Amino acid sequence: MKSGSNLEKVLKSGQPAVTAELGPPMSADPHEVIKKANILKGFCDAANITDCQTAVVRISSIAAAAIALREGLEPVMQMTCRDRNRIAMQADLLGASALGLKNCLCLAGDHQSFSAAGRLKGHPGAKNVYDVDTCQLVGILKKMRDESKQEGGDPLEVAPKFFIGASWTPMGDPIDIRPMNLLKKVNAGADFIQTQGIYDIELFRSQMEKIRKMGLHEKTAILGGVIVPKSAMMLKYMDSSVAGVSVPKALIERMNKAKEAAGDDKKKARELQEAEGIKLAVELVQQVLETPGVRGVHIQAIEWESAIEGIVKAAGLYPRPTFPTE
Amino acid sequence: MIIGSQKPIDEIWGMVKDFHKVLVFGCNTCVAICHAGGEKEAETIATLLRMRASQEGKEMTVDFSSVMRHCEPEYFVPVMDDLKKYDLILSTACGVGVNFLSDRTGTIPVYPGINTSFYGAVESPGDFVELCAGCGNCILHLTGGICPIARCSKTLMNGPCGGTNKGKCEVSKDIDCAWYLIVERMKKLGTLEKLAEIQPARNWSTSRDGGPRRVSLEHIRAYEEQEEKKTESEGGKK
Ligand code: SF4
Ligand code: SF4
Repeated sequence: MKSGSNLEKVLKSGQPAVTAELGPPMSADPHEVIKKANILKGFCDAANITDCQTAVVRISSIAAAAIALREGLEPVMQMTCRDRNRIAMQADLLGASALGLKNCLCLAGDHQSFSAAGRLKGHPGAKNVYDVDTCQLVGILKKMRDESKQEGGDPLEVAPKFFIGASWTPMGDPIDIRPMNLLKKVNAGADFIQTQGIYDIELFRSQMEKIRKMGLHEKTAILGGVIVPKSAMMLKYMDSSVAGVSVPKALIERMNKAKEAAGDDKKKARELQEAEGIKLAVELVQQVLETPGVRGVHIQAIEWESAIEGIVKAAGLYPRPTFPTE
Repeated sequence: MIIGSQKPIDEIWGMVKDFHKVLVFGCNTCVAICHAGGEKEAETIATLLRMRASQEGKEMTVDFSSVMRHCEPEYFVPVMDDLKKYDLILSTACGVGVNFLSDRTGTIPVYPGINTSFYGAVESPGDFVELCAGCGNCILHLTGGICPIARCSKTLMNGPCGGTNKGKCEVSKDIDCAWYLIVERMKKLGTLEKLAEIQPARNWSTSRDGGPRRVSLEHIRAYEEQEEKKTESEGGKK
């Protein structure tokens, strides 16, 4: 065992892993985290705690992860390269490990310009750091864990033992570089990979074929991403505006039909679309898991954590495996 | 070259309004090419300031002049006496010029008349683009001649982030994704495989460190010293 995390144990057991996502609040109130943790607990093997997603200031990933852990939900703390240099990152990693956190997902992080959106002013004038990038951060975690050394080479008396993750956008642009992108993260030391949301299962499968030829699926555990769609509008938006996500017309059509079936009744339109969204998500989860080389799913129900239970159950992924504590 | 851009005249007025003898001092190399701070622009700024001063009933004389470069002493040595007649020099050189001159004008302040933007090139007339960030350790041979430090919004060293969208950066549809360009370029060069190698965490001390960075060329300095001695001894003979 590299970290002894629950996620690592599930993957080692050979069963498909399920991870979900928990977004901390823009407030110092821990109850939001506690509430979400209890909604997710039991329906996933670990939940990603986002690190100031879209560059919006929220409870830090480490603090929220510690709260989730206290509630009995295994967290995957996320760490972006946007806000910290290697000194702060390593200090945070030591602290996170001391708090009992065992999974860490390395990310570049959304650019700070994203923080000013809708009604939010954000901090678009913030200075980003990017002292290291994702690949380099993965390498730092590995060096700390496996060599008990800091990036600069100084020894660590007690090494932080993280199960190291990285994200991957399999269908991102330029698409022919994406397998090499994964290769680099795996070579740097990524134990598991969570992918960007997949709707175009055919395209994903053709990318996975390349990954299998490279043998990468054996060197890392790939968890396919599924973003639970809430409405036809959301699907259209993701198709047109979210990088690395393309949504087949047929899926948008299905959501449209659900919406139209409600006529002028707005409440019903929402309910029907949400129900169709969950159905769609279940199908995607199954299709992702049927793809050779995939070891699990990462289900994102953004600000809709309550959807996870139904999806996991309907996909035949419940109950989640448990392991005796050592 | 160094690209500058004009400052709003209101901002400049805020800096100069309490002075009485102001020289707008242009620089005729980089910032002249990008129409920000050459003699022509210095003249325009001087005119605008004069108008503003008379509008606001301020007693102020505003002149303009320029030299070829503000970043080498020999260019402004001949005009130094003229400069000393003013109580403010508004330099429209880049920040290098403002700093350099400011170190040499004693009690006379030197204020910046333009914004120094970046190191860039003339993409097309009137269009300037940043292409290098002066990081002090060039790796362009690894990236197909396209700089990920100056041109990627996250200075990523190991390939594109997940935000690349149809060749554009996640930050804006108007910004080319540097890594998209790097990949396309390296495909053309047939060197794409080189990208598989992981670039380790950089040593940024060449880029930003304690105090200003310096480059010292021993051989040039030795040569100059020799030349100086020669002229001294020749002078002595005479
Ligand atoms: S690598 Fe450094 S020196 Fe080379 S172009 Fe980029 S910023 Fe300039
Ligand atoms: S989209 Fe491209 S240019 Fe923008 S941050 Fe990502 S890799 Fe860099």
